[in-house]
Amino acid sequence: MLLFVVYCLVHFLADPPHSYPAWHAWITASGIRMATTLFFAALLAHAWIGLHDVLMDYVHRTAIRVGVLALTGFGLTAIGFWVVRILWLRQG
Amino acid sequence: MLSTSTTSQSAERQGLPPMPQSRKSRPVFLNPARIQLPVGALTSITHRISGVLLAFGIPFLIYLMDMSLEGPSGYGRVAAMLDVLWVKGAVIVLTWALAHHVLAGIRHLLSDVDVGSQLPAARRSAWIANIGGVCVALLAATVLL
Repeated sequence: MLLFVVYCLVHFLADPPHSYPAWHAWITASGIRMATTLFFAALLAHAWIGLHDVLMDYVHRTAIRVGVLALTGFGLTAIGFWVVRILWLRQG
Repeated sequence: MLSTSTTSQSAERQGLPPMPQSRKSRPVFLNPARIQLPVGALTSITHRISGVLLAFGIPFLIYLMDMSLEGPSGYGRVAAMLDVLWVKGAVIVLTWALAHHVLAGIRHLLSDVDVGSQLPAARRSAWIANIGGVCVALLAATVLL
């Protein structure tokens, strides 16, 4: 994840895409598209672990805890599908 | 970390009054200025805060990515949004959160494998993480503003 972030940072500083076609072409290049997908998969997994730890520390009532954790898991899963839809299921 | 030790000596050291003998001596008024937060504890709690902040940032990041890839008009709208001052402010705050989270996270991983877990080195790396995060945020601010 860190390598991907640093790579993107360097890319956007050195050669920023200044138009929609340039940006679209960059992110749909097969290597970048795959790397972006893997990045978001790792990011969402990390967010789940971190939020899970925090919620376990601060939310003690079992019912609320289960509810909030379920909501978090559902939200992160939905975000994952959203990313797949943006990167892979859009034509053009 | 705040300990729950009941010895008056350690309680005093943390700037807390002695443990109350009974419920009658409550409420206890803490003087926040006298509570000592070691630099490592500050790094630790801000690691947590920055992580939660970043997690809340994820849907907004993806929302912008979604819009920017909808087509030329969506791309233009995102570019215009990123030009708004408070959005730039939010980006700078998230940049601080990311930088601090990464630095403190690396520090944590290193101390897991016993690199720099002795107190002087741990204090030094905590300062590096705290200050480094702010430096990166300032750098982002000069680039964006």
